[in-house]
Amino acid sequence: MAAADMNAAGLRRDERAERWRLFGLSSPALLLVLVILVIPVGWLFYVSFIGADGNFSLENYERMVARKSYSRIFVTTFQVSILTTGLCILIGYPLAYFMSQLPVKWANLCLITVLLPFWTSLLVRTYAWLVLLQKQGLVNQWAISLGLWDEPLKFVHNMTGTLIGMVHIMLPFLILPVYGAMRAIDGDYLKAASNLGASPRRAFWTVFFPLSTPGLFAGSLMVFVLCLGFFVTPAVLGGGRVIMVSMKIVSNIELFVNWGAASALGVVLLLMTAVILWIASRFLKLEQMTGGGH
Amino acid sequence: MANWLKSPASETQVTHGQRLWLYVFAGIVMVLLVLPTLVVIPMSFSDSQYLEFPPETWSLRWYRHYFGSDEWMLATVTSVKTAVLTMLVATPIGVLAAYALHASKLPYVRAAFVMLITPMMVPVVLIAVGAFYAYVKLQILYTITGLVLAHTLLAIPLVVIVTGSALKGYDMNQENAARSLGAPRWRAFLTITLPQIRFAVVTSMVLSFLASFDEVVIAMFISGGDNPTLTRNMFNALRDQIDPTIAAISTLMILVTTLMMVLASLFGRGKS
Repeated sequence: MAAADMNAAGLRRDERAERWRLFGLSSPALLLVLVILVIPVGWLFYVSFIGADGNFSLENYERMVARKSYSRIFVTTFQVSILTTGLCILIGYPLAYFMSQLPVKWANLCLITVLLPFWTSLLVRTYAWLVLLQKQGLVNQWAISLGLWDEPLKFVHNMTGTLIGMVHIMLPFLILPVYGAMRAIDGDYLKAASNLGASPRRAFWTVFFPLSTPGLFAGSLMVFVLCLGFFVTPAVLGGGRVIMVSMKIVSNIELFVNWGAASALGVVLLLMTAVILWIASRFLKLEQMTGGGH
Repeated sequence: MANWLKSPASETQVTHGQRLWLYVFAGIVMVLLVLPTLVVIPMSFSDSQYLEFPPETWSLRWYRHYFGSDEWMLATVTSVKTAVLTMLVATPIGVLAAYALHASKLPYVRAAFVMLITPMMVPVVLIAVGAFYAYVKLQILYTITGLVLAHTLLAIPLVVIVTGSALKGYDMNQENAARSLGAPRWRAFLTITLPQIRFAVVTSMVLSFLASFDEVVIAMFISGGDNPTLTRNMFNALRDQIDPTIAAISTLMILVTTLMMVLASLFGRGKS
């Protein structure tokens, strides 16, 4: 009896050791995240509380509240993020719906048009919009020759250009989860709704739409969070007129070598992102948010 | 045609005619998703200083300029080296991590997964600034090593997610059977498990390569000197003026991406 107990304890010990050994296989990846991400970002956190005189101070955060230029940056960041997310929903939802109604074979073909830009370099796509939207660009050329407007309109180096570029880049992040959620909806629910006398419109809004909201929610949050920290597209298409938080961080370091100010902005940006993702994780599984299902 | 318009399009008996607006709208959006990027391709073959569409005279002038420029060639070599090395580093350690999290049943697995996907959640500017600071201390600023480490960081979440979801669909009992027949764990993994998740591994490799090759913001901070990346130089050129050389480079980059995706879909076809 005692021998059997000892044997069981030994087996348990072995199993625990085995689990730890297996877990240890993830250590190279974890170590890399620790050294290149966690420690440096932790250091930024620390620096953000150091004032110009080298002592603990809140001046980097006070500056953000006190100075108009900083509050304007936060307003711009939210403006761009909200507008981009909204436009992505308005454009992406109907497209996802359209694809979800097609037979899978055709839908996959349409999906290529979503995936193709998804995998094309961000910089290349931003450059393409710069070329298209500039004063002598194709859009102005064609619109004027068609008589849509007489003078070349200014599309780049302002908010309009930034939004066009951002929406184009963010659309796949919205469409893919929404499409995934729509595909999972059982068509019999809609048949049942019509059978019970619901008009097509009513069946859509009371049955289909609510069932697609997890995907819509996941996609919108993803787009919003990505917009908050976006740099390349607003930097190129905004032409210095649309300044977002990430751009201010870069200029604080590249131009003013002010690590304190840059770090404080970084900490605020990180906290905003974390809070949104935390709220999202209350409603969604992590795997859904990362698109692991598709 | 008229019959088709009146035929039902969905479970709720909406006709195709009533849905015509949706078809038109979806068509326009799909064209707008793809065309803007592709327009760069014909423009890159123009002979003019200014980007024309369609070009009045065709030439390879901007390609010649690109291939003849030491600066662009140096950047291209850096980018390709970094992307290949990132692929070779990120894939094994990412696959290993995904396997570890899948097989080990310790309660810390969840926390480790969250930590491994944080690089995807943290704004990339912050990673860039943090890496810049760390690299000054570690004295690997402006080196390929530094670039590969930072890009591997970005690629790890992709590899862990792709491989992890493949492992979920894989029956671990097959590996257990091999081990009960006397194979050590590593051998059971290499001969039984790995061949069955190979599609996910190939996809992971392609994603890691592209994650590195297309990366801009981190490269802006930690590449330069003898090792500037292509994207860094392109971004700097974009801020100054619209140089048609960029159109030529963009066309080549589209080509590389497309090739990678075709490769992935050729070798990555299967359950995933």
